Amino acid sequence: MTQTDAARAAPDQTRPPPWRDVRVLRVVFQVVFLVVVAWAAWWMFNTVRTNLRLSGLEAGFDYLGQPAGVDIRDSPFRPSQPVRDAIVVGLLNTVRVATVGIALATILGILVGVARLSSNWLVRKAAALYVESLRNIPVLVIIVFMYIAVVLRLPGITEAADIVGLVLASNRGVYVPWGEATGSVGVFLVLLGVALVAALVVAAWRTRRWNETGTPHHRLLWGGLVFLALAAAAYAALSAPIAITLPTREERVVEGGIALGPEYAALLFALVIYTASHIAEIVRGSILAVPKGQTEAANAIALSGYQRMRYVILPQAFRIMIPPLGNQYLNLTKNSSLAVAIGYFELTRITNQIIANGNPAPQSILILMGCYLALSLIISLFVNIVNRALSLERRT
Amino acid sequence: MSAPLGPTGIATEEPVPPPEGAGLPPRQRLSPGQWVRENLFSSPANSALTVVFGAFLAWAGYRFLRFVFVTGRWEIIEVNLTNFLVGRFPRDELYRPWIAILIVAFVAGVGVGLSAQRGRAGTWWTRTKPAVPGLVLLAVLLVVAQTWTPLLLTAASFAVAAAGRLLGARLPLRTRRWMPLVYLATILAVFVAFTGWGGVGWDSWGGLLLNLYLGIAAIVLSFPIGVLLALGRRSTFPAIRLVCVFYIELIRGVPLITLLFMGALALGFFLPVGWPRPGQVVRAIVALTLFTAAYVAEIVRGGLQGVPRGQTEAAKAIGLSPVATTFVIVLPQALRNVIPAMVGQFISLFKDTSLVVIIGLLDLLAVAQVVTQQGEFLGQGLEAETLVFASYVFWTICYSMSRASQRLEKRLGVGER
Repeated sequence: MTQTDAARAAPDQTRPPPWRDVRVLRVVFQVVFLVVVAWAAWWMFNTVRTNLRLSGLEAGFDYLGQPAGVDIRDSPFRPSQPVRDAIVVGLLNTVRVATVGIALATILGILVGVARLSSNWLVRKAAALYVESLRNIPVLVIIVFMYIAVVLRLPGITEAADIVGLVLASNRGVYVPWGEATGSVGVFLVLLGVALVAALVVAAWRTRRWNETGTPHHRLLWGGLVFLALAAAAYAALSAPIAITLPTREERVVEGGIALGPEYAALLFALVIYTASHIAEIVRGSILAVPKGQTEAANAIALSGYQRMRYVILPQAFRIMIPPLGNQYLNLTKNSSLAVAIGYFELTRITNQIIANGNPAPQSILILMGCYLALSLIISLFVNIVNRALSLERRT
Repeated sequence: MSAPLGPTGIATEEPVPPPEGAGLPPRQRLSPGQWVRENLFSSPANSALTVVFGAFLAWAGYRFLRFVFVTGRWEIIEVNLTNFLVGRFPRDELYRPWIAILIVAFVAGVGVGLSAQRGRAGTWWTRTKPAVPGLVLLAVLLVVAQTWTPLLLTAASFAVAAAGRLLGARLPLRTRRWMPLVYLATILAVFVAFTGWGGVGWDSWGGLLLNLYLGIAAIVLSFPIGVLLALGRRSTFPAIRLVCVFYIELIRGVPLITLLFMGALALGFFLPVGWPRPGQVVRAIVALTLFTAAYVAEIVRGGLQGVPRGQTEAAKAIGLSPVATTFVIVLPQALRNVIPAMVGQFISLFKDTSLVVIIGLLDLLAVAQVVTQQGEFLGQGLEAETLVFASYVFWTICYSMSRASQRLEKRLGVGER
């Protein structure tokens, strides 16, 4: 009674009783919620531990040091090496597919996306056909098809298909040109890095001069020439540290170049053509999303078609493009896990094998998820950096 | 002044009806020759492109058509058509899928009839066009089946759908509000048609049936979870927000296959001793549901963000409680806006159901691989035929749905209100 009286007397100085005070209730509710979540997690953790003990498996992560017993094709990895190393090999193979795949899918996707906006009817329709047919088929079907019905159907090694003397395609794998180390590659790479920095400095100087005096900057030309000159000088000074070798076949042996295993080639091509169909839609959508007034304004100030694209449309389209493009990079990386269906030894396939060899499944899958999460975060980080660099400065 | 002003501001004698597409320049009618010049040979570079591309396309098209009509050996599809569609489903229980198809045809007919009451948009052709790929697939399947029973039953389904459409056209319009419930009831009825009265448990389902079932079950189950996660992510309670964000971002950061492995290989470890261990199909559904819920949550969150603040404020102003505000005012508007995106999510989920082949379920893709190992087809390299057939089935379903979602988007006017 006294409390209500007091509340009536000075309503803004007393608080309601705690069981009706929103501020208290909020905290209590959240604490209860967190306790329930924590309890559920703890219960699950205990259940897993009990079950693992009952199955005679260990509950910790010590098994990572045990011999993996996994045979990995096309790798110096030996089955006696620990599980930990097998996972690292798998991670590297995943990265090998993801990086090359992202680069190729971007190129192909941009080409197809631009082709969809071409003024040429045939090109436009062909690009639309490509996009609409690939986008609506499960990526796993494409991967399996690429492996069983394309790569494994390539001619045998003795009559490998020779594509303009650069690529040898056979059912034992696809051979592409590659640089071969013949000297001090490390020094050469460092010098290349130096050349790159020099080129960037020159480009920055040209840009500054352009800003100050208005003379044409030609920064790409200047920077590129500086880089090429320095690279050529370094190449000559080190007396050709890297030689480009073309794959050549002699009977059953292929010399030179680098071999992409059939599984790797199939996975890579399938992921690239599938992801490119999605990227093409993003490219097209982003270019169309630039307001029409921009094109009209560009035309009104008599910009040429190239100038309109280069200085008005594309810079704005890129800004729209980056976030969904990053999503596709994430998808490609995650989809590389489907290689488990065709037997390319990447992360998922190796984890699967590790579990099959009698190692505990929950921890192994947890590590697997952790690896993909880390890859996702790294890609997101890169995309965010690019996004921030391209985004408009907001003036408030 | 009664005479209306002409385009130049001068009063004209007679009122001129605005030309079609008023405000736009008149559409040029090109003769075929002009059209070809304009679209294919407008410049030397364009002409070269046309020639090179045309040659390549002609070659690719020739190879493809030759494969489909001449060199492809499609007997394997003819022999195994039932396997592709329903997997190991017992052959003497095949009347059950047909009952399910009849139920679905009837309900779909009622739905179409109801929506037709509000007036039809477009011409006959624009309304039929989206169904063409589906009808072509149906025709292909019937041609491949080469027996009378499916043909008759398909005709019966069409008749039932037409009856449903007539009924729908006569139902009072307010019935529309109950259609979502009717659709849910239909899913249940279909399920009962498969399993009821000594029916077939889902562990014996396979082929396309399994893909469809996994997709529908996962999207229906993940929807409420996704809505709760989305609400949680926008909650004013930091603790709830934290947990929801953690879940959503964790799931979105890992591939579906890791969750399927978790379901197939590790789910047993998460259940206390003595609890029954679920079958493979249930495990796949659990994994697909948990996975899709995170994506549904992001879609619904987008819808929630699209509801103007004024709606919440108005609800508050008339004294609705926060719960009522959310469920009566905000959510209905948000969910209406996300329907097209949800269809898109269902398409991607349906495509993802092909992944269950990796954990050993016999879905459409698995059938396509398994049938080539049959004694009579072994070692003939018929994978190209079976995989092309499976892709074609997947493609038709996904393409039709994506077209439907585009139409829905236009009709609902998403982003225009």
